[in-house]
Amino acid sequence: MTGADVVFGLLGIVCLAAALLVVTARNVIHAALWLVVCFGALAGCYLVLTAEFVAWVQVLIYIGAVVVLMLFGAMLTRAPVGRAQPLDSANRPVAALAGVATAGILVTLVIAAFKGAYVDIHHTAVGDGHVLGTAIFRYFVLAFEVASVLLLAALVGAIVLTRQERD
Amino acid sequence: MHLSIALVLSALLFAAGIYGVLARRNAVAVLMAVELMLNAANLDLVAFDAWFKDQLHAGQTFALFVVVIAAAEVGVGLAIVLSLFRLRDSVALDDATDLADRDPVRRPVEPAR
Amino acid sequence: MTHWAWLLPALPAFAAVVGLFAWRVIPGGPAVPAIGGTAAAVVVAIAVLADAESNPLHATSSTTSWTPTGGVALHVGTRVDGLAAVIALMVAVVALAVQVYSTAYMAGDPRYASYAAEISLFTAAMMLVVVASDLFELLIGWEVMGLCSYLLVGHYWQTEGARGAAVKALITTRIGDTAFIFGIFALGVGAGSFDIARVTAAAPTLPHATVVAGALLLLGGVVGKSAQFPLHVWLPDAMAGPTPVSALIHAATMVAAGIYVVARVYPVYLAAPVALTVLGVIACITMLGAALAALAEDDLKRVLAWSTVSQLAYMAAGLAVRGWSAGIWHLLTHAAFKALLFLAAGSVLRALGTNNMSEMGGLWRRMPVTFATALVGAGALAGVPPFAGAFSKDAVLDAAREHGGGLGHAVYAVGLVTVFVTGAYVTRLIVRTFLGDYRGDASVRLHESPWVMTAPLVVLGVFAILLGAPVLPSSYGVARWLGRPAGTLALHVGAIDVVIAMLISFAAIALVGWLWSRRPAADPIDVLGRFATPLRRAFFVDELYDVAVVRPVGVLARAALGVDRRGIDATAVGSGRAAVLLGVGLRRLQTGNVQTYLSALVAGMLIVVVSVSVAVAT
Repeated sequence: MTGADVVFGLLGIVCLAAALLVVTARNVIHAALWLVVCFGALAGCYLVLTAEFVAWVQVLIYIGAVVVLMLFGAMLTRAPVGRAQPLDSANRPVAALAGVATAGILVTLVIAAFKGAYVDIHHTAVGDGHVLGTAIFRYFVLAFEVASVLLLAALVGAIVLTRQERD
Repeated sequence: MHLSIALVLSALLFAAGIYGVLARRNAVAVLMAVELMLNAANLDLVAFDAWFKDQLHAGQTFALFVVVIAAAEVGVGLAIVLSLFRLRDSVALDDATDLADRDPVRRPVEPAR
Repeated sequence: MTHWAWLLPALPAFAAVVGLFAWRVIPGGPAVPAIGGTAAAVVVAIAVLADAESNPLHATSSTTSWTPTGGVALHVGTRVDGLAAVIALMVAVVALAVQVYSTAYMAGDPRYASYAAEISLFTAAMMLVVVASDLFELLIGWEVMGLCSYLLVGHYWQTEGARGAAVKALITTRIGDTAFIFGIFALGVGAGSFDIARVTAAAPTLPHATVVAGALLLLGGVVGKSAQFPLHVWLPDAMAGPTPVSALIHAATMVAAGIYVVARVYPVYLAAPVALTVLGVIACITMLGAALAALAEDDLKRVLAWSTVSQLAYMAAGLAVRGWSAGIWHLLTHAAFKALLFLAAGSVLRALGTNNMSEMGGLWRRMPVTFATALVGAGALAGVPPFAGAFSKDAVLDAAREHGGGLGHAVYAVGLVTVFVTGAYVTRLIVRTFLGDYRGDASVRLHESPWVMTAPLVVLGVFAILLGAPVLPSSYGVARWLGRPAGTLALHVGAIDVVIAMLISFAAIALVGWLWSRRPAADPIDVLGRFATPLRRAFFVDELYDVAVVRPVGVLARAALGVDRRGIDATAVGSGRAAVLLGVGLRRLQTGNVQTYLSALVAGMLIVVVSVSVAVAT
């Protein structure tokens, strides 16, 4: 039980608790905020795993853009601020069953497969910007280009979808 | 550190995401749950990248790409939710059942004479 | 000339086809092919007769063999001996008279074209029966005649009476025809060929059971087509058809076809005497019963129908006592005078518009030609010399007496009684229709029929006189042409027979005449009071059939329909409904709710994951 384990474990608990609150909060805005906490904890987890660049990207993009976008979306769709409507559908029991089953199966699988696996964080190359940049632009540049086209398509698509006809 | 901690965390996050997708009524809340699932996958990718000591850092690279895709998806997804909201003034998924197969108007079946 | 005999069925058939499909483009309308075809058939028949007369017993035939089913061979061809030639000429002449008569009688009928074509087709079918050399060929003509009878009786299909009568005729004769077909099978398979010449030649050598079975089964068809007891019930009702049809089909030709067939394959019957006995018994019952029924009918045409049944029984009786020539001679004379009587009745009906004798009377003044010719026909029917029917009937009685035995004496006795009853109903018919005062609707304008209708009457009247005259040379001319088969009695009419029959007939005429003169307006049959009822109802045979056959069949039919509707249809419809219900059930899965779909997806995914891991682990 190294220090990394402990730190990771604590961060994991925070992350998990936040995630559970995201999916059970009655207020959509609260859920979004709990999502911020979850993402933040995850960024910490990445840092423990020596993936620096990914951690910063997580904070920048996920927390900075995605959650903000969701907040915009929630407000634009007149999400009731406060405890007005029940936020859970009638599918709750089935969903709970599915969630618990998924958790059980996956955890069992994972522990059975990787029980003794050990990440040596002291002798891995830290995934900083230099390393990752080299990796992307040397080995995955095609995927990078495709991803940029994808973003363009998403941008255009979002605009087209939300355009309103002028009379 | 033990790999299994990361993997277990990832599994539990994924399960929470599934619960959220299936149980929430508000479309935006469902999108949040989807983000949880994506993040669980990302954590897996990064954890395995560290465990393998990958020279190419394929795991982290793909984690980045997942972030890109997730961002694009949230953009388009919210655009759709917005259109849905404009159409029917509500984003409750319970009410968006236009694709349901409703019973047709009952006509008595006559045998051929 | 006899190898042109195939023209006899071909010409009227061609006329039927032309008349049916091209009558609109023919100047003159459908009557032209009808009369033309039949007239051509008359010419051919005369030529054939002239050729056959020179060698009566020698039958000439041209056949082509044909084995469609690979079993016993069929031969298609013609076989013309004296019998066939004479009958063919009779059929052609009567058909021509009827076609000419119909142009006036059916004038204004919207379906005249199909009527004329059907009569031509019928003539073709009868000719086929007459000149056929093969039993199957004969069967084809037989069946087509049945079809034409159905179509023609049902000519006025807008009336329920005609519809019912047509169906009744068809079904009743069908019952007989079924036995007929099996008779043909028995004889054909037994003799190894369906050719008539070969069957008759082989008849004495066939196993007795085969010959008896064949003969009796053939009798079934004869009884049906020739309206003998117990299949006689269709003929009086068939009077719902137009009168010329009754004259042609139900007096002269189709009903005589049964008698003709027996005569044609007579060696078979000679080899199976029990069949002749059966025929004789049937003939006796029918002879008297039908004559009594004729005595009580009010409808003019029905009287003539019952009379036909009775006279056909005479022919059958003649054949039964081996009086082959006598039976055929009576067939010929009956054709002449019965057709004449029917056409005269048609003349009356057309003028008055009613069939009932209670609404007639006193027509002799306004319709003299009709009256005169009807009188000739009536005299022939009653057996008054010198009209034809007298001598032919006496020939039958003479043959019966000569045959002797139980059958012969029975036929003789019943025949004499029937002579009396025949005279009675004939007299009743004449006095009620033509004499006395008119009892009908005063607004009807009584007039003689046009010459197109009276000319055939006169022609047939001449035949009715000539065919009986014993002025012909030895063995009575007609008999010389016919050429009787070996084993039958020679045609002979003794003076004693003539006198006895004449006296009986005159007694009947006098009795009815006296009854009528006492009360001219009343029906002479009423003197029988209550006893007239069984006669009027034809001894309740129709009612018996209704209870014993028609109703049970109706019950069975409704039961079959019920099984079909409730059992079979229900299964088919039920499987359809089950499919619909299944669809309704499955439809509940499509809720339209995305989360429901996703839940199903996740569940399936989990199951797959678990299965795979378990499979991999073991």
